[in-house]
Amino acid sequence: MKKMIHALGLSLGLTAAADVLADDPLKVGFVYVSPTGEAGWTYQHDLGRQHIEATFGADVETTFAENVPEGADAERVLTQMAKSGHDLIFATSFGYMNATLKVAKRFPDVHFEHASGYKRSDNVSTYFDRIYEGRYLSGVVAGRMSETNTIGYIGAFPIPEVIRGINAFTLGAQSVNPDIKVKVVWLNTWFDPAKEREAAETMINQNADVITFHTDSPAAVQAAEDAGIYAVGYHSDMSSYGPTAHLTAAVHNWEDYYVSRVQAVMDGTWSSTDTWKGIADNMTDITPINSAVPASVIAEVDVLKAKIASGALHPFTGPLNKQSGEQVLADGAVMSDGDLLGMDYYVEGVDGKLN
Amino acid sequence: MDLDLITNILYITIRTGTPLLLVALGELVCERSGVLNLGQEGMMLMGAVTGFIAAFVTGNVYLGFLMAALAGMTMSLIFAFVALTLNANQVATGLALTIFGTGLSAFIGAGYEGKTITALPTLSIGLIESVPLIGRPLFAQDVLVYGSWAMFIAIYLFFRQSRAGLKVRAAGENPDVGSNLGLPVLRIRYLSVMFGGAMAGIAGGYLSLAYTPLWTENLTAGRGWIALALVVFASWRVGRIMLGAYLFGFASIMHLFLQGIGLSISSNLLATLPYVATIVVLIFLSKNLEHLKQFEPMALGKPWHKTH
Repeated sequence: MKKMIHALGLSLGLTAAADVLADDPLKVGFVYVSPTGEAGWTYQHDLGRQHIEATFGADVETTFAENVPEGADAERVLTQMAKSGHDLIFATSFGYMNATLKVAKRFPDVHFEHASGYKRSDNVSTYFDRIYEGRYLSGVVAGRMSETNTIGYIGAFPIPEVIRGINAFTLGAQSVNPDIKVKVVWLNTWFDPAKEREAAETMINQNADVITFHTDSPAAVQAAEDAGIYAVGYHSDMSSYGPTAHLTAAVHNWEDYYVSRVQAVMDGTWSSTDTWKGIADNMTDITPINSAVPASVIAEVDVLKAKIASGALHPFTGPLNKQSGEQVLADGAVMSDGDLLGMDYYVEGVDGKLN
Repeated sequence: MDLDLITNILYITIRTGTPLLLVALGELVCERSGVLNLGQEGMMLMGAVTGFIAAFVTGNVYLGFLMAALAGMTMSLIFAFVALTLNANQVATGLALTIFGTGLSAFIGAGYEGKTITALPTLSIGLIESVPLIGRPLFAQDVLVYGSWAMFIAIYLFFRQSRAGLKVRAAGENPDVGSNLGLPVLRIRYLSVMFGGAMAGIAGGYLSLAYTPLWTENLTAGRGWIALALVVFASWRVGRIMLGAYLFGFASIMHLFLQGIGLSISSNLLATLPYVATIVVLIFLSKNLEHLKQFEPMALGKPWHKTH
């Protein structure tokens, strides 16, 4: 239904495109994989869209299509957007990769931006954030707050992006509390609130007193709130789901990047690039820390954050061992981006097996 | 493994099994009357979203459950009209109902994503709660869990003892004969479908009001389908439906629990555990095929209209 309304909006845009004038506002389109909602992956992208509108005012016009499934539907929506006079289109889900490239080929004058992908062309850029930096910092907070030295981590699928987050979080927690164990449970789904809740409750029963997750619903935060323990959010600030439990959250910030890309199109300086930025460029951050956390810890995290921003600290710095004890990085060595992107092992301190 | 842990596992098992039990009991009555309604998932979602909105607006979670039941029932009436009055194919109509309910619930609930409500409180039954091992799982649940047990007993007695239960079965076994004997088959089927709808709505409400007190699109994540399969594998018997629902709940918990203790079995393999365990046990129970056929309503899923 909602999709129909948006499709209608798009086709109206199509007719309007016939009589565009040269100095009409720049049209920027967004394709979302899920509803914008109030928190989560898509919500963060929509914050970016709103920021574009607030920054450029009447000079831009933004539209979005939400809940667009990956695959043929995405191609259809992208085509409609390109046809209806959009100058810049953000495709915000990994699964839009091939559809974006295909449509971009047919519309060489339209600029495309694909989030979290790795395939580019003359008019397709890719971008993602170094969310593992936020994970590391939230791990520090969790490591300081845990009394049982056990943290529960709910994972969706064992892919490098999720594993990198688990490892970064574990390293952060261990940097302040070497006894920390991070228990990992895989759900094999991105989204199933009841199952996320069950996983959280199971780990709480297994002594975890901080829960974090790499899935899409805030159900685990609620479970932590009900159990009277702590939780670390992901994607967005999820404190409304557990005001007492929510310590902080690792979040994506697309605002600055989106504005810079719109500006580049306006200036005619846009080119195909690959962007992977973190705290230094305000693309990744953590949300304000819960007042239950001692001020000394908050200050400690601020210092670490500044160090990461300045490049003095990289979460994946040696000596670093795999879970098996095999050394990955020698003392002082910093992991390359290539190794980060292909991470397929747990570091020491993660409890559980990766198959 | 200490006692507390077992208690906790039992406690979560019952909470996990409850929505399945509620939907499956409703679908059982519906199927016993000869109607196959594949729209459970859609009715659950409508129940979940309507109940959540009602509870959010009024602040009364019990009113939420009432609205959830009504929403499920309204959805089932659409199904009943198309499949029973207009005699459309029940499978196709049920599938359409699920697709419709999924989309409509997303549409209605769009403005309520990210909102929270106070969950249905648990209701402990006095001192019995402190009985070791089974105290908490059995006597410190919320009112819906107790309600599902009451409903279980009611439905068991309904088919065992009551004349009305016999009439429902007659409608599902041989509607022609039933009709000739003066039974209002169409009305019986309508009522059975509506009952199923109300139960599915309440089950959806259980998820959005009690278990994970929030609304997001597609909240039920396929539980309606699992309940449908449960009815078949339980060979349309009330006791086995309860067994199956809790078994499924237990196995889902074990899938997560075993990962948590660091068992070196692939998580993909463990994820199949609930399905495999439930199917194996229930198939084992009904290994006698002739026996199984006795319990399948003979007119299940077949369009029927009064001939004279």
